[in-house]
Amino acid sequence: MKVLYFAWLRTKTGKASEEVSPPAEVTTVGELMEWLAASRPGFAEAMAAPGVVRAAVNQDYAEPGHPLRAGDEVAFFPPVTGG
Amino acid sequence: MVRVQEAPFDPGAELLQITRGRTDIGAVASFVGLVRDVAGDQAISAVTLEHYPGMTESKLAEIEAEANRRWPLQASLIVHRYGRMLPGEPIVLVATAAQHRAAALEACAFLIDWLKTKAPFWKLEESPGGDRWVEARSSDDEAAARW
Repeated sequence: MKVLYFAWLRTKTGKASEEVSPPAEVTTVGELMEWLAASRPGFAEAMAAPGVVRAAVNQDYAEPGHPLRAGDEVAFFPPVTGG
Repeated sequence: MVRVQEAPFDPGAELLQITRGRTDIGAVASFVGLVRDVAGDQAISAVTLEHYPGMTESKLAEIEAEANRRWPLQASLIVHRYGRMLPGEPIVLVATAAQHRAAALEACAFLIDWLKTKAPFWKLEESPGGDRWVEARSSDDEAAARW
């Protein structure tokens, strides 16, 4: 599974993307976030502000309950600020 | 049409292109977003727009399609830049063309309001105090929600 980080999540985690292999019990976006936070201090720090980190699965916005499949592209980022 | 590009663009030339060779358009509305040299009490020397290649284009296309569903548009254009840019440079252009002004004006406001809350761009401001990621504003959510 490919995970992407944007904006200050990228600077906090220190990487723009990584390949991850979470255990089988990680089946949703929210569970992936908790799993990432457990082993990545930068991500845990970003998660400390509740409700700020947003997600997309295969380039569409996704809520924490969104199911995950092998091969998904999952992105994490703060609220968007374009325009 | 949607374009996401690093290169600067000329808003005037883009608008001329929309009506070139056409005599059926009665109204063109546009919005141009520019880099400001000030944010609150901070001087801004440059901004860098980060985006999510692929998702950016598909979200902008969805927003444009929604505008075309809601209003009888004869043409629509979204141009959004990414990368580093200086005060005074255009960041984004939204333009709509219709037979009458109400559709063009409303669709233009809709496009920029939805773009600001739904297109995956993030703004980093450079100032003498250091670099700072711009925070999302609740007023932008409210502007998008009115549509």
